[in-house]
Amino acid sequence: MSYITKPAITHPDLPRNAVGLTLRDYEGSMSTLCAGCGHDSVSAAIMQAYFELAIEPHRVAKVSGIGCSSKTPTYFLGGAHGFNSVHGRMPSIATGANAANRQLQYIGVSGDGDSLSIGLGQFAHAIRRNVNMLYMLENNGVYGLTKGQFSASADKGSKAKKGDANAYSPIDPALLAISLGCTFVGRSFSGDKEHLVPLIKSAISHSGFALLDIISPCVTFNDHEGSTKSYAHTREHMRETVYADFVGQHEEIVTRVEPGEYRQVTMHDGSRVGLRRVDDTYDPTDRISAISYIEKYRAGGAVVTGLLYVEESSEDMHSTLGSAEQAMSDLPYEKLNPGAEALKRIQARWR
Amino acid sequence: MKPTNSSDPDHFHRVVDCQWGCPAHTDVPRYIRQIAQGDFTGAYLENRKSNVFPGVLGRVCDRPCEPACRRGRLDETPVAICRLKRVAADLSDDIRDKLPPKGPSNGKRIACVGAGCASLTVANDLLPLGYDITIFEQHDKPGGLMRTNIPSFRLPAEVLDDEINLIVERGVDLRLNTAVTSMTELLDEGFDAVFVGTGAPRGKDLELPGRHDSDRIHIGIDWLESVAFDHTEEIGENVLIIGVGNTAMDCCRSALRLGGKNVSVLARKPRGWFKASAWELEDAEEEDVSILINHSPKAFIVEDGVLKGMTFDKLHYDITDNNKLSKPQVLEEVFLPCDDVILAIGQDNAFPWIERDIGMRFNQYDAPDVDEVTHGVEVPGVFFGGDSAFGPKNIIWAVEHGHRAAISIHKYCAGEDITERPARGMNLLSTKMGIHEWSYSNDFDDSERRQMRHVELTERFKNIRIEVELGFDPEQTAREVERCLNCDVQTVFSAKDCIECDACMDVCPVYCLTITDNCDEADLRTRLRAPASNAEQILFVSDALPQTGKVMVKDENLCIHCGLCAERCPTGAWDMRKSQLIIPYATDKEGRCQLTTG
Repeated sequence: MSYITKPAITHPDLPRNAVGLTLRDYEGSMSTLCAGCGHDSVSAAIMQAYFELAIEPHRVAKVSGIGCSSKTPTYFLGGAHGFNSVHGRMPSIATGANAANRQLQYIGVSGDGDSLSIGLGQFAHAIRRNVNMLYMLENNGVYGLTKGQFSASADKGSKAKKGDANAYSPIDPALLAISLGCTFVGRSFSGDKEHLVPLIKSAISHSGFALLDIISPCVTFNDHEGSTKSYAHTREHMRETVYADFVGQHEEIVTRVEPGEYRQVTMHDGSRVGLRRVDDTYDPTDRISAISYIEKYRAGGAVVTGLLYVEESSEDMHSTLGSAEQAMSDLPYEKLNPGAEALKRIQARWR
Repeated sequence: MKPTNSSDPDHFHRVVDCQWGCPAHTDVPRYIRQIAQGDFTGAYLENRKSNVFPGVLGRVCDRPCEPACRRGRLDETPVAICRLKRVAADLSDDIRDKLPPKGPSNGKRIACVGAGCASLTVANDLLPLGYDITIFEQHDKPGGLMRTNIPSFRLPAEVLDDEINLIVERGVDLRLNTAVTSMTELLDEGFDAVFVGTGAPRGKDLELPGRHDSDRIHIGIDWLESVAFDHTEEIGENVLIIGVGNTAMDCCRSALRLGGKNVSVLARKPRGWFKASAWELEDAEEEDVSILINHSPKAFIVEDGVLKGMTFDKLHYDITDNNKLSKPQVLEEVFLPCDDVILAIGQDNAFPWIERDIGMRFNQYDAPDVDEVTHGVEVPGVFFGGDSAFGPKNIIWAVEHGHRAAISIHKYCAGEDITERPARGMNLLSTKMGIHEWSYSNDFDDSERRQMRHVELTERFKNIRIEVELGFDPEQTAREVERCLNCDVQTVFSAKDCIECDACMDVCPVYCLTITDNCDEADLRTRLRAPASNAEQILFVSDALPQTGKVMVKDENLCIHCGLCAERCPTGAWDMRKSQLIIPYATDKEGRCQLTTG
């Protein structure tokens, strides 16, 4: 952390987006995380993505649980709504908030501890319900706030700072999510914004639950030799599958690639995600082959990144429930609370 | 782009815009910090090292540092550097015991012609080395242009006397009322070297009908001189000043103090093409001087030997697309009545006392050909500086000429090649005091520039010696020093330590850092996080980074030196280091030079 706050002065010619805001308008408070934390880079990528999508901060709701990652919503989109919940319980809060107001964009920020240990059940059920939200899992393999014990995502054999090797097999959140029926799964690296930002933009545009597993190194407890979640290790072992190139509703696709290598997926809001295959054996719309591909390279120690799985015709929670378009706060009181007579009629149906 | 060679002293020097813009390279951020800490004497001495006359320059410097100041590009107004210099001069203790005394005589005798800022600087630099300096001055007081052309309501005589005395009283043989009338005779006196610092003493005349029919038409710098020596104590009520440079500003404001009631300044061109500094124009207009644009002088109207006024062509200009003025059209002829006219349309060098047969080459302007580095001429052992070298510039340039000439004179007297110049150096010292503590005030202060306080308009015209500017009060000083961005506290990058976590890029408030693939400069400037359109400001490009082979690029243009990049760097690849430019001055084998030791 720093003692001074980031000065308000900025570059006078800073670009503005379609709603007239600069990147500075997407900032939050000064981060109190360790200098060089991957999570701060992820926050920067989130700001960049919302800036580029020209989504006003007050149209966004940020939710989180407990942990280093869960502190970060304070550090981006200061003008957004937010709820910092109990450890591992962010998915419930997000589900409830989304049920009450589907007009906001939901971003949940969690970590490997928050999602894969204490909150694993919550995580699974938010996926199952296909809550329309972006779920960022900032994955560093350690419990940073409690001095760096291995988390459930730490690879077997990975070394702790003092040299002890991890004895347990890891939970791979991306594999888990695909097998649970998650409709958008991507993996990226905090140190590679060129790929991370378009992936976040694509995930935001997805209608349904979008999981991004972001390898986000812990500089203090997990950036040493022998760690499998360090900056150097991740850069060396990244294996890119499909580069998601987000294209807004009214933009031209300018990427020039050979046919067959490039295809488009049209998202719910009419925007498109261009998929450029880096490895042409990979098909991100085929769930079975995606799982076997990830498993195969994981066994060899590779970190498979990119847009791993996307289901184009995904039906989110509200479609399933057939709930109202408006936010509950916008519904007239009579509709929200039809009164004692209506309640009696409903109860009568079960008598 | 090739990786930046930051071991070249010029690299970090260029980042300190004010110091780079100053002809004498005064270490501005350093003295501003000294003022902030209440060390006014230290700040004065820091100034004196390079500019010799901080009290004078703190009032009347042309301030090339201020338009250069980075703060001006960020929030439009530069730091009031010149005002702060005056604070240091006003509040400094007596520094006599801190100046090096005249060194033991080395047997060399140097003649300086004219006791202006250039000659005095030569004396200042060479005295401690043991040279015997003789300065010849035609007037009965030293100071040259500083005394004769700058009115005392801007520069009080006491301030000038004090700073000149700091040099002269250490053993200069100052010969007042001694005009040099022949270079040949001077050379025959057997001096080891001669320095000419005679300024540009000839004001330009305006040969129009009626010019010589009245004695109420004055040449600006001559008139200011006679005012300075109390030979002129009054002027008519209606005064026209021809020309709109800084001399014109001094003339019009002086005229107001000698009885002028309606004083007008006549400019040939529109506003924006005036030669006067913005602040001098502002001060003149505050005193109700009218500035009439687009007036081209045509004739002096004199009836029965009495000046009645002047006729002018009123002009019209079009402004072309590239912001230039078209050829003027004459709209009409106008007559402006007046009692006196002062011509302030420029000045020339004049060397009637230098014989043209002594081997010195004179150029098309009848000025000697002076080498821009050594300040020497064809005749060995003769050096020129100040306005007499390359035409009218300003005080701070004259001081720098003096420093350069002193180096040449010392080398010449030692029989060394004067074209071999001592190199500049650069020291870098980390300002890190703790995890995120720095030995400078790194938090950006968004205060606006403080405004100078002036003597009331009702008071200031009572006497020409009343100094108009009051200086900054303590509150103003305290705020203004915090506006300085400490551009000399440099962001120093070590590529081998970088793990490319992007923390510095993300935290930078002005987006001046980018990690990207390397390419040529034009392309690189388009790839940065924020537009890098100011090509006058350099890009720093690192060596290839260890993990990806990309490079760290920094656009120096708008960096506010807040140090957040270094605070957010987990590996110490960024450090905030204070740069200190080492400027060489004439130094003898025992290490004696003009710099203070204590």
